[in-house]
Amino acid sequence: MQKTMNLKENQENFKELKTYIEEHKGEKGILMQTLHKAQKLFGYLPIEVQKFISEETKTPMAEIYGVATFYTQFSLTKKGKYVISVCMGTACYVKNAQLILDKLKKELYVEEGETTKDELFTLDATRCLGCCGLAPVIMIGEDVYGKITPDDVPKILAKYK
Amino acid sequence: MKSLEELKKLRDESKKNLEMRDTNKKIRIVVGMATCGISAGARPVLQTLIEEVDKNNLNDVQVVQTGCIGICRYEPIVEVYKPGEEKVTYIFVDSRKAKRIISEHIINGNVVNEYTIGSEEKRK
Amino acid sequence: MAIFRSQVLVCGGTGCSSSNSAKIKEQFESKIEEMSLDKEVQVISTGCFGLCEEGPIVVVYPEGAFYNKMTVEKVDRIVEEHLYKGRLVKEYLYEDSIDEDIIKSLSEVDFYNKQKRVSLRNCGIINPEDIREYIAKDGYMALGKALTEMTPVEVIQVVKDSGIRGRGGGGFPTGVKWGFAAPNKADQKYIICNADEGDPGAFMDRSILEGDPHSVLEAMAIAGYAIGATKGYVYVRAEYPIAVKRLEIAIDQAKKEGLLGKDIFGSGFDFDVEIRLGAGAFVCGEETALIASIEGKRGMSRNKPPFPANKGLWGKPTIINNVETLSNIPQIINNGAEWFRSFGTEKSPGTKVFALGGKINNTGLVEIPMGTTLEEVIYDIGGGCPDGKQFKAVQTGGPSGGCITRDHLKTPIDFDSLVELGSMMGSGGMIVMDEDNCMVDVARFFLDFTVDESCGKCTPCREGTKRMLEILNKIVEGKGTLEDLDTLEELSETIKNTSLCGLGQTAPNPVISTLKYFRDEYEAHVTSKTCPSGVCQALLSYKITDNCRGCTKCVRVCSVDAISGKVKEVHEIDQDKCIKCGACMEACPFDAIIKK
Repeated sequence: MQKTMNLKENQENFKELKTYIEEHKGEKGILMQTLHKAQKLFGYLPIEVQKFISEETKTPMAEIYGVATFYTQFSLTKKGKYVISVCMGTACYVKNAQLILDKLKKELYVEEGETTKDELFTLDATRCLGCCGLAPVIMIGEDVYGKITPDDVPKILAKYK
Repeated sequence: MKSLEELKKLRDESKKNLEMRDTNKKIRIVVGMATCGISAGARPVLQTLIEEVDKNNLNDVQVVQTGCIGICRYEPIVEVYKPGEEKVTYIFVDSRKAKRIISEHIINGNVVNEYTIGSEEKRK
Repeated sequence: MAIFRSQVLVCGGTGCSSSNSAKIKEQFESKIEEMSLDKEVQVISTGCFGLCEEGPIVVVYPEGAFYNKMTVEKVDRIVEEHLYKGRLVKEYLYEDSIDEDIIKSLSEVDFYNKQKRVSLRNCGIINPEDIREYIAKDGYMALGKALTEMTPVEVIQVVKDSGIRGRGGGGFPTGVKWGFAAPNKADQKYIICNADEGDPGAFMDRSILEGDPHSVLEAMAIAGYAIGATKGYVYVRAEYPIAVKRLEIAIDQAKKEGLLGKDIFGSGFDFDVEIRLGAGAFVCGEETALIASIEGKRGMSRNKPPFPANKGLWGKPTIINNVETLSNIPQIINNGAEWFRSFGTEKSPGTKVFALGGKINNTGLVEIPMGTTLEEVIYDIGGGCPDGKQFKAVQTGGPSGGCITRDHLKTPIDFDSLVELGSMMGSGGMIVMDEDNCMVDVARFFLDFTVDESCGKCTPCREGTKRMLEILNKIVEGKGTLEDLDTLEELSETIKNTSLCGLGQTAPNPVISTLKYFRDEYEAHVTSKTCPSGVCQALLSYKITDNCRGCTKCVRVCSVDAISGKVKEVHEIDQDKCIKCGACMEACPFDAIIKK
């Protein structure tokens, strides 16, 4: 996994983030929205980005790190090309979502929250995707797969390889 | 929005478009729209009926299409279902007749006898 | 305005969108254009119809034909047959909606006829991205009435008289809450709409935001007028992109029409709404944590008092109401408190939306008058458990609630009756479980959730729930003892009594209620080391039945050489060696290996 971020490659993103920060200067409680914006731009929130926000907004690094690590939506590590979210909401859980998650772990050789070596997939267990009628559900990128069984998993993954 | 009246006006204007989604209407006008009906000219009839219903604010009237009614030689056919009345079947309907059906039968409650299937069969 | 002879409503809620409803809509549009019907037929995307199990759903008006389980492939025939020739495509219609060739009105379909739609009144009926359609349904009339004909005190009084209680979980009377904030003097007050629907398995708030966003905005403005607030925030989960988008559109349209912004209805009242995105923290559904999160901080709760009505967002008086609660408000103002009280029970007036999920035939959203029995919801509306399985329990209230068993199915549902049974209303998640669900495992699932979501500020919640989870893990692994059950009970009491906020105070509920009603299942796990429902992997063993033909496929896949036997004879598994990976069962072509 990439340890440091290539600052040059991301120059444009930093510029856009700076514009966003300036546009919202003085607005109360804007930190979370800024982090959302940054994550959208960079895909994750590496320490370099957090430092940048800290300097631009004159907010202590500790506070930014605190918020970034508190919420599950913010990620400090780079994600794979496709993020696989296995819904572990109650409706999916009682319909054997655990077996789907286990099968995915087995197929991808990763644990929850990890990214495959080829950086293609990140496996996440998530809380309720809100389509309980389709339980059990997984989401790969933007695509939703409902009413699946562990046996369907290899077929579905093959589409992305 | 500066007043409640302004909102009410906007509401009444906007209402028409949603009328159709109320399926508990009392009067139903059914137009036969199978191949036979369409080729005999049912489509403009349907359009006229809808426009007339809308123009006269007949909120309780539903205009629907149906398949082949089975008497293709009489197409375009329009059937009117009113609660408490027997079904009335109009035949060889065109836009002009459609307008009369709306104004005389639907609004004033008088069946336009000369257009009905009954009068046609008597003529024979 | 153009007049159409037919309208095609395509569900654009999250459930149906997940199964491709956007493509279905596109296909309708292109086919309709191809057949030159685009001047006659209008295609509209709506919010959730509620019957998610049958999605994607398409309803064609004026007939009200209900097409279920739609696919892109079915579209062409519906356009050619139904829209062009007027012939219903019967085999695509929802079976329950047609009675000897006559289409029943939706309200006569079993799934809908016991429901009373107040909160969901516009969901699946109007286009949520068009303010005109909301206005056509008397939208913003309540705000107009409040601003031009009522004083703030009168507004609060109507809401108090209606007896509406908060639909987000606690059930606190909404009018009373507003009454606390109104007399406070402050240069700024706030209205917050809590759309941080965290209960995994509840999705009514999302459906309301997706299907009828203006009803929430209108209610926020009414609340603002009542307490003297000019600024509102909608705190919504970032996981709900469709809801966020529709809200943004709704806010823009309302501003353009002058229904939000300055001097609304010429009354001198200003009200503005902004959206704030959550970032995936269950605790942020708790009022004080939510406020911290909007302030841009870690979402941690704090001690109450002071209550937010006195000191809330940035120290100013703040009212926080849940989405479903708010969506009732315009109706109450329009129709009066008595009308609202005509539904439901004395102490819990009105209706409540439940998200039916789990082992039930008709998964979806249902809105029923309070006081309806669980039995009616699960059997008459929900259609019971699929595949003829035995109903075991229904879980209400999510991670803060408990399980209700078959013995209590006749209980009328309201805020108080559920608490009496050791559960709670919560936000309205209702997960049905059948004989194949292990109650210990379910309790463990919820504890796992709370441990994950505890903000970590107070010790009982942070440490206590962790210890409980450890014990439950021990039990599902077959290492539990009877003393563990007593320890669980003791810990539950302590956590309940000493935690800082609602999250901790209710976290032990799933354990307490399953221990109370399903103690025998716990005991089976600890004494005979078996899982009666066959869920807990560690307690299961694989066995080969007489169906075995001795093909040796299982022997070849077993990585620990636990299977032995001669070719063409029944094989055997050495239980001491077996690691329960399940590979043999997958490999067996004769279904001769069972897990028990």
